[in-house]
Amino acid sequence: MRRVNAVVVGAGAGGGIVAKELAEAGLSVVLLERGKWYTAFDCRKDDLRNQRTSVLGNAFGPDDERNPRVAVDLKGRAHLVRASGPGYSNNAACVGGGTLSYGAMAWRYMEKDFRMRSTYGQVAGSTLEDWPISYDDLEPYYEKAEWEIGVSGDDSGNPFRAPRRKPLPMPPLPPNREFEILHPAAKRLGLHPFHIPMLRNSVPYNGRGPCMRCRWCVGFACEVNAKCGTQNTVIPKALATGNCELRTESMARQILTDERGRATGVEYFDARDRLQRQDADLVVVSSAAVESARLLLNSKSALFPNGLGNRYDWVGRNFQGHSYTGAFGIMPYDIYDDLGPGAAIAVCDYNHGNPGLAGGAMLANEFIRLPYQFVGMLPPDVPKWGLAHKDFMRSFYRRAIAVQGPTQEMPMFSARVEVDPAVRDHWGIPVARLSGDKHPHTIEIGAFAAARAEEWLKEAGAVRTWKKLAGPGFTGGQHQAGTCRMGDDPKTSVVNRYCQVHEIDNLFVIDGSVHVTNGGFNPVLTIMANAYRASDYLVKGWKGTRYR
Amino acid sequence: MDRRKFIVAGLGGAAAGCARPRSPWRFLSVTEARTLEAVCAHIIPADKDPGAVEAGVAVFIDRQLSGFYKPLQETYRQGIAAIDRLSVSCGGHAFADLPARLQLEVLQRIERDPQLKPFFDLLVAHSMQGFYGDPRHGGNRERVGWKMLGVASPPVRGRA
Repeated sequence: MRRVNAVVVGAGAGGGIVAKELAEAGLSVVLLERGKWYTAFDCRKDDLRNQRTSVLGNAFGPDDERNPRVAVDLKGRAHLVRASGPGYSNNAACVGGGTLSYGAMAWRYMEKDFRMRSTYGQVAGSTLEDWPISYDDLEPYYEKAEWEIGVSGDDSGNPFRAPRRKPLPMPPLPPNREFEILHPAAKRLGLHPFHIPMLRNSVPYNGRGPCMRCRWCVGFACEVNAKCGTQNTVIPKALATGNCELRTESMARQILTDERGRATGVEYFDARDRLQRQDADLVVVSSAAVESARLLLNSKSALFPNGLGNRYDWVGRNFQGHSYTGAFGIMPYDIYDDLGPGAAIAVCDYNHGNPGLAGGAMLANEFIRLPYQFVGMLPPDVPKWGLAHKDFMRSFYRRAIAVQGPTQEMPMFSARVEVDPAVRDHWGIPVARLSGDKHPHTIEIGAFAAARAEEWLKEAGAVRTWKKLAGPGFTGGQHQAGTCRMGDDPKTSVVNRYCQVHEIDNLFVIDGSVHVTNGGFNPVLTIMANAYRASDYLVKGWKGTRYR
Repeated sequence: MDRRKFIVAGLGGAAAGCARPRSPWRFLSVTEARTLEAVCAHIIPADKDPGAVEAGVAVFIDRQLSGFYKPLQETYRQGIAAIDRLSVSCGGHAFADLPARLQLEVLQRIERDPQLKPFFDLLVAHSMQGFYGDPRHGGNRERVGWKMLGVASPPVRGRA
């Protein structure tokens, strides 16, 4: 196969942007994606088979048959887990990755989110650390992501936001009923509510129309293409340059290195399961925290017996995500307005500065609930079946309201991604093995956030409320991060501040894996901003046919 | 006479003749389906709104057992048999033939039985899917689950 300048593994939030930036700079790029490219016509609105509720399978991959993983429970027992089942920590496998079907909240992390160790000191049992870069380093790239991919919303009412030079390109969607109830309540509590920034067109933008506000939003591909992901923004742009080739259903097996320890390309299985080799001057891994770590660990050689970038055993460590905690409430009147996406209002009052806590969480009202999803949200004292259960569903589905948020986690060295010594996938590649626990302080912070959410709902007039708390065990899932930590010291990190693997100058990891800490926010805009930033470095360092 | 009873009655007639009856079920036997429907009728009972039987929850489960829930076929086969065994030992009849009061007692015993509880939990989860989930999978017949909640089901644009 023709040698190219760059091969990018994974066409998600990070990889899509890298492919476009490199292709526009004139590099020849091959973008490998293990999943398929879905179009608006594939967006079946199936309540039981989507990326949020996958009881009948993942709509956008990976499939159960070919992609097992091993998850180790807190008693040390290993379980074989299915891609659509619990414990798998799934992120969609398709062109666009998670951005095809996400809820699309577009958060900039706050300044303190990059300086957690300096702000809160050492937290016993946690590898809490500062990022090697600051918010200011990312700010121009946050802006670029907001304008190129497309964000609607209005965070001008948020006094805690980090400084921005430019406003968001699109106004927020008109408020829904929950916004109108929760906004004055938050004001009465002295909070600072505002419109959630979302990677979703509220007005025509980038040649695509606005959101039609249907209820099949988070977990589904948007049938009117109003949700902005990499699959309908940067990836088509990358292909339009003529410099980028997208190869779908291509499953990477390993990164190849030469005897001098430089990356030479990627070995992968194509759509017909034939082993292929793509030689390249540089390799970018953008497969999300679980699969990026797995690919590095599976790329063993005499020079790198523990896998790439893993001399000091940091690849796969600090595996994290977000546990969502908050509260549910019942209002004395119907509030269901059947308007997607549902999530509309947020506060950042509890992200930092909480007495005795090292961090916090953003709180927002929840996405619109499909009927079956509500079954899993009932108060603990409601019977699980029978007439009482049915009656609760009937009486309160249209009166229910939820406020919750992602707790910023205390990273754990012991929460990790390894490759399993025995289990292999359909292609014979050792699968990811996930293990570890949640730091007790993460659970405490979650409990604090849940109590604040409950206060907010009560102030809004909820006649009955109940909390949603975090349990033990590692997180991960769609917000997976941390497994290839970014840092200045090669002994305590995997990549440097430019996402370049410490020991291998032409190998990069560009996705959520490099996050040192994961904010009390949905991480996607930070993944995107960092991809733009790392691409900038790559392009600037590119010398003709070589990378220096 | 509803559809299910009609089919069951028809089967009795067919068995009397020699034509081999064609089961309306894809995976379950007629006896298993009868037990399953009787259990589901307690999980989501009919009141002023339709319940699991009217919504076709058993149809949903049966269809998934020959589809996405294929790996659970044996679990169902053994689970349903265990429910009937317990029913016979408690009331002398298969579950579906017990009076409603005894049926409820049997289910409450199952919930307390650590061996049978996992199957019952599965049955509850699948019943909820069949009642509140998408009609395309065989349950939520005529969108009765959604109508009960007052959720409109407009014709969806595109390839719904």
